[in-house]
Amino acid sequence: MKFSARSLFANALSGHENWPEQFPNKEPKKEYDVVIVGAGGHGLGAAYYLASKYGITNVAVVEKGWLGGGNTGRNTTIIRSNYLFDESARIYDHALDLWDGLSQELNYNVMYSKRGVLMLAHNVHDVQSFKRHVHANRLNGVDNVWLSPEECQKIVPFLDISQNRRYPVMGGAFQQRGGVARHDSVAWGYARGASKLGVDIIQNCKVIGIRRGADGAVEGVETEKGFIGAKKIGVSTAGNSSVLMEMAGLRFPLESYPLQALVSEPVKPIVPCVIMSNAVHAYISQSDKGELVIGAGTDQYTSYSQRGALHIVEHTIMSICEIFPIFRRMRMLRNWGGIVDVTPDRSPILGKTPVQGLYVNCGWGTGGFKATPGAADMLAYTIAHDAPHKINAPYNLDRFVGGRLIDEAAAAAVAH
Amino acid sequence: MMLIHCPYCDEKRPEIEFAYAGEAHIVRPNAAEQQAMDDVEWSKFMFIRDNKRGEHCERWWHANGCNMYFNAVRNTVTDKFIKSYKIGQKRPSAAQIQKWKDQANG
Ligand SMILES: Cc1cc2nc3c(=O)[nH]c(=O)nc-3n(C[C@H](O)[C@H](O)[C@H](O)COP(=O)(O)OP(=O)(O)OC[C@H]3O[C@@H](n4cnc5c(N)ncnc54)[C@H](O)[C@@H]3O)c2cc1C
Ligand SMILES: [Zn+2]
Repeated sequence: MKFSARSLFANALSGHENWPEQFPNKEPKKEYDVVIVGAGGHGLGAAYYLASKYGITNVAVVEKGWLGGGNTGRNTTIIRSNYLFDESARIYDHALDLWDGLSQELNYNVMYSKRGVLMLAHNVHDVQSFKRHVHANRLNGVDNVWLSPEECQKIVPFLDISQNRRYPVMGGAFQQRGGVARHDSVAWGYARGASKLGVDIIQNCKVIGIRRGADGAVEGVETEKGFIGAKKIGVSTAGNSSVLMEMAGLRFPLESYPLQALVSEPVKPIVPCVIMSNAVHAYISQSDKGELVIGAGTDQYTSYSQRGALHIVEHTIMSICEIFPIFRRMRMLRNWGGIVDVTPDRSPILGKTPVQGLYVNCGWGTGGFKATPGAADMLAYTIAHDAPHKINAPYNLDRFVGGRLIDEAAAAAVAH
Repeated sequence: MMLIHCPYCDEKRPEIEFAYAGEAHIVRPNAAEQQAMDDVEWSKFMFIRDNKRGEHCERWWHANGCNMYFNAVRNTVTDKFIKSYKIGQKRPSAAQIQKWKDQANG
């Protein structure tokens, strides 16, 4: 079934009750060429690209809950690529290139909206560091421009740019190609696309072990629904990646923290782009339904609880009200948490592991939604070729031994 | 917000009085040991952490209280503290943790 104006119209006539199933729920076969663990955007995307780009269609995606129920369905959907380092520019910009044609390619509207991302500078340090980012980005061909306070206000009319505030707006960095996308659609679109190409998506099937042969290479995964054989396993389980790696006897430089977000009651369109204020730690955008979408910070302790503490949310709301007093009277409707896997340098680990046949895509922490198509493509490439692409080669595990860190943590000094 | 028992104050206080200080019982190598360590060992010391789903030994700092560091066992799935204990006390064995849990459940 292909979505088109005609199919929309025809289904409207029958009250939208006859749409066919988008992706069948499969029971596992005995064996696959590749098993992907984790049906988030990254895992589903990897399965899709394995089948569509790299010619491997005998693939299963195994998910412990429902697809898209992890961080993919819990994030604030900010997309941007204006990171400092060359390695980051390449991988995040690769993702942006793929975001561009994704809805057409999948014949599924992922609602990627290039409404722009504006990062506000509130002090001299911000100004200097953002300008440095702008220059570094331009050298890497990443669009990012420096704006004066007046230019910021042109984009965001309700922005108070008077300079006698506690956190005056001293300018901003603006990436027009940044924006948001609909998170669920990304998971559903990849799931539908992958299914069509023959990939089995197996939900409610937790992986509880990784079986290795006498030579150490992987033989398959033990799951709640029994053993599934595969010579190649790609793990893309975000906050649970340490747990999966431990099943293969590996210890990874990861810590898992709760990260929360919240949405307000829906209102008329007012926030024209994504607005971030790193210094005060407030970021906000508006969904197409009209809700303000607000991201909070991580809790201080490691956890797998998928919920965080209320004082973190309270702090976030205080920051939002400080920067945007116009929202003081808004009521918040829902808040929730996801578990994010954080590496010491805040850059992902994407590539081969010391175990033959085991590939990993993890450590995206607080900021991997934007990378979804890029990370998925790179994981698929690495699995298909048993070697990393040059874009993801720097994101190896060995950097924590050799010292070639990609230290976006120090570059941003906040969650990103 | 969690309530955390500080073994020095011997009181349960709200989490905002405390700062999390990472995995407990990581011993910093002394100068001679450091000389003998290779890159892989350094990497383990610097970057590799227990990131357990379940019972986790961790350090806390009663920053806005008595200013002391202490250790605690917490379940990272339920966020329930099983026991806080003073610095200097050894990493509890699985049996010890089970005993503490039984005591807590009375
Ligand atoms: C509140 C919040 C806000 C965020 N905001 C942003 C943002 O604005 N921009 C941005 O770029 N990023 C953001 N992120 C980060 C982003 O959500 C993640 O980096 C990204 O979605 C990770 O995608 P994934 O597909 O790897 O993981 P997930 O979607 O989490 O998928 C992993 C899947 O693995 C499954 N799994 C785990 N263990 C097992 C097992 N044993 N067996 C089988 N399956 C298993 C899980 O159930 C899950 O479905 C945010 C995250 C959170 C929590
Ligand atoms: Zn105390």
